[in-house]
Formats: sequence, C-alpha cells, structure tokens
Amino acid sequence: MSIDLKTIKHISKLSRISVDEQKAEKLAGDLNSIFKFIEKLNELNTDKVKPLTSVAETTLKLRSDEVKSKDIRNEIIKNSPQDNEDYFVVPKVIE
Amino acid sequence: MSDITKQSLSELVKNIKEKKLSSNEVTKAFIDRSEKSKELNAYISEDYSSALEKAKKFDEKQNLDLKLPGIPIAVKDLFCTKNVRTTAGSKILNNFVPTYESTVTQNIWNEGAILLGKLNCDEFAMGSSNETSFFGNVQNPVDKNLVPGGSSGGSASAVAGQLTPITIGTDTGGSIRQPASFTGIVGLKPTYGSCSRYGIVAFASSLDQAGPMAQNVKDCALLQEIISTYDSKDSTSIDFKRNEYSKELTKNIKGKKIGIPKEYRVDGMPKEIEELWQKGIQYAKDCGAEIIDITLPHTSYALPAYYIVAPAEASSNLARYDGVKYGFRAKGENLIDMYEKTRSEGFGAEVQRRIMIGTYVLSSGYYDAYYLKAQKVRKLIKNDFDEVYKKVDAILTPSTPSSAFKIGEKKDDPVSMYLNDIFTVPVNLAGLPGISIPAGHDSKGYPLGLQIIGKAFDEQNILNIAYAMEEKISFKNKINDWWIK
Repeated sequence: MSIDLKTIKHISKLSRISVDEQKAEKLAGDLNSIFKFIEKLNELNTDKVKPLTSVAETTLKLRSDEVKSKDIRNEIIKNSPQDNEDYFVVPKVIE
Repeated sequence: MSDITKQSLSELVKNIKEKKLSSNEVTKAFIDRSEKSKELNAYISEDYSSALEKAKKFDEKQNLDLKLPGIPIAVKDLFCTKNVRTTAGSKILNNFVPTYESTVTQNIWNEGAILLGKLNCDEFAMGSSNETSFFGNVQNPVDKNLVPGGSSGGSASAVAGQLTPITIGTDTGGSIRQPASFTGIVGLKPTYGSCSRYGIVAFASSLDQAGPMAQNVKDCALLQEIISTYDSKDSTSIDFKRNEYSKELTKNIKGKKIGIPKEYRVDGMPKEIEELWQKGIQYAKDCGAEIIDITLPHTSYALPAYYIVAPAEASSNLARYDGVKYGFRAKGENLIDMYEKTRSEGFGAEVQRRIMIGTYVLSSGYYDAYYLKAQKVRKLIKNDFDEVYKKVDAILTPSTPSSAFKIGEKKDDPVSMYLNDIFTVPVNLAGLPGISIPAGHDSKGYPLGLQIIGKAFDEQNILNIAYAMEEKISFKNKINDWWIK
C-alpha cells in the first residue's frame, strides 16, 4: 500500500492542518516508510483475538455531578488569544 | 556546606531535618548551578525568584515532618502548574498559563517541595531525543552535542547535571526510562493507573504515566510513594493499596525469579549491550535471584502496534488545540482557515506527522485494518506477559538498544528514531511498571541502562531488585561539568 499526495491532502483536511505541496511530498515519504514498518502486523492472524481497549480492567466509577470550580471565568478567558472580556472571539462564521 | 548539589535527595532531606542546611541554602545552590548551566538548555521556564521566596517562608516556619521539607524541584513542562507557564515543549502552548495544578505536582508541594522551574521536553512528549522541542535541543551532561534522550530529556539532563535533586517525567513509550538510561540516572515508569494523569498534557491516554527520575533507587522509591495516589479526577486512576516504597525497600531479593526474554536479543544490537545484559544477569544471580529463560513471542510486534495506538490517541487528544480558547492563534480568512493555519504553524513536524498517522488509521475504511488490529496485537502482547508472570516475579532486559547518539544523527529518519523504544514500548502497551537503572558504560564512556519489568502494581518488587543490583553495580557517572565555564 502506498499513500499518495491525494490521500495526504485528504488527511490534512480531516486533521485541520494546512499542507502545501512541498510539505505534502515530505509527509508522503515519511508516512510511507512508517506504514511499511507498521505492515508487519499483517503477519499475525488476529481473527479470534479480542481487542484490548484498556489495561486497567476496572469498571469506571460513578461520581456525583457537582460544581467544584466557581467564578473562574476571568482566569479562563485570560488565556484566550482573542476575547471581548465575556466571550471567546473567532472569525465571523455567518455572513 | 559545599557541594550541596552533589548530595542525593535523601542526604538533603536528612541535612534539612537535622538543621545542618536551610531550604534557602539548598534552593540557592540549585539555582546557582542552574544559572551556570544554561548551555544544557534543560529549562523552558525558570521560577527562581518565587522559589527563593517559598524557601525563605519554609525556613521561617519549618515543618520537618514533611517528606520533601523545603526541597527545590524542577519538573517536566508537561505538568500543569497553577499560574506558571506550561508549554509541553510546543509553540502552540507558548503562552499558556494553567489555572489549575496537576495532581502529581500538587502531591510533591504538599510534602514541602518548592518549584524551581519547568524542564524541556520533546513537543507533546513525542520524541526520543528532545530534538522536537520548540525550545531547542537539550544537551546531555555526559558529553557535548549528545542527546539526553526523550521525551523527558530536560528532566534527565537536569538530574544528571545536578540542576535539581530529583524530578518527575512522563512515559508513554519509554520517555522516562530511555533518557534515564542515556544520562546515567534511575527512572521508573509506574503501573498504568498508579499516578494520576489529571493536569498532565495528554499525549496517548491509554499509555501515559508520570514517574520519578532520580540519582539513585532510594530517592526514586521515595518520590514514587509521594506521587502515587488514587485520584477521582482521573477516571483511570486505580484504587489499590500503595506501599511506603522507600520504607519497605530491601536489598534482600533471595529466591526472586527473574526472567530473561530471548526476543530482546534483537538483530544489530551492539555487542556492548549484550555484554551489559550478561553482566546484569550475573549481578542478579550474585544477589541471590534465580534466572529463568522465558519467551515473549510477540515482542517484535509491539513497536508497530504502538505506532498505531499512540498516534491515534494523540490525534484525538490534540484536536483541542484550535486557537480558540487558549494558546497560539494564526490569522485566517475564516474559521476553518484559522484552524488549519493555527495547527500548521503551531505544531512542529513530528507532532504533525503523528496527528496525520493517527487521523489516517482512524479514518473511515481503515479503522479495522489498523486501529482494531493494533488493539488485538496489544492483547497478544499483554497475554505474553500474563503467561510468563505465572513463572517469574520480574523480567530483566537492556533499557535501550544503544547508548546516547549525537544531536542530529537520527533526526531525518523517523523509523530509526522510533527503534530507540523497542525495549520500553511493550511495557506501556501492557500497562506494567518498569525501571531503568544505570549499569555500565560503553567504549565511549556513555552510560548504559538495564530495565527491570514487574507485574502490575508490584513497584515494590522491582524497586527492591533495582536497589540490590545498584549496590553490586556501583555505577559512577562520568560527568566533568564540561558546560560550566
């Protein structure tokens, strides 16, 4: 299997990372060598194996739904790249 | 008292408790040495003036019952520290100041420790040489232009170079053990669920664990007993009985069964590593352990499986960096354009590569072939360990397939860089504890490490084996302070 430039463009759209021609070519080369390495897994027959999703074989604990942090809006907003004191500001979405 | 920074954590604690040293003297000594060590580039952010204030405050009202009384400690910049910039080694978090504290760092402050600063690391902990950091390479104190390993490279360099008495790192595929091995220090990756992940910048959530890095096994055990707590803020934190590891530490490992997995004898492994391993086996025997040959048949599939699971989880975890609520934002013509440019300019090449791999293996039509397959292989790897642990108490392997390499040597070949973690990755996939201890030098005088892998929740046992072997090995790091003028 080989990852072509079209696929790179598609993945870049899905991951919301803009990629120009030069970068796409470099990425295609890198990803192909990495996937060639990953292909080794196909040597194994895993039809009857159950996938392991978590090594911690415990059931998730329930907890009460409580508010623990209060009045931290200003602190949180302080980290935003752009705000109007009350809200995060982003480029216009609806014309 | 001279040479404060040469003292181990245990010695510093003893001297402060006996009032032979003040927290102020100790803190000043580590700050002075850190200031003289800028060439190592171990720090991303320094917090010296507030460290000195805290030390003064501690000395005014000393609480000597604490386990880390007034001890200054620098930590990996992957732990959120309240009101202190936390970058994860990335441009995208260059100006991020957390409004909360990670549980493991809170645990060490609760025992009296004082934050010295935040240590350099590979961007989002993705790397094995600290070369992916936005804040530049870190130098290995062992030799100039030598990588310290990664991703906890700044942490390893700071402990080996005596800029901090101990530190905490994180380990997703070897990020504590590999740099510990490259710099001649001790590093422990605890059982998954032992240390809370709350407040740690997430990389691959089913693999990430915080752990101690120290000059010796005893200090490592002490730090582990402090940072390992059950935490309801981390849904995968496990509520089990935790030992007081440092108090229960013993060199008596007589009759312990230690397995030697034949699959770790990989093609192209330098002779020096094989010799080190044989020496390690002899030391373990000298300590009274019984050596048993074992097989972990799926070992060679661990790294390929890891490079599906870890990027898949990373691509999902890193979706949050979109330039809206915090962090770096690039200008865009519209919202989508802003997202795409922010992430393209904010993330470095290795992080983008891994997000792309992760996105691809999770994308429609490929999920079963890659991600599901990798999870099945992960099960087989865990089964291998479960099977051998019916016969042995622990496993002994080399920590890395080579000693530290030069800066730039492997930078352009991702696969050869990934091979660094060939002996450490299976441990993360199976959620087990593993410790790397310095065990010798190669012909260039660079440190080499041995890894002891334990059963889940059996940190005490591998710490004991490490403690016993440490005495037999009596390793001395060859560091000549080359960076201090």
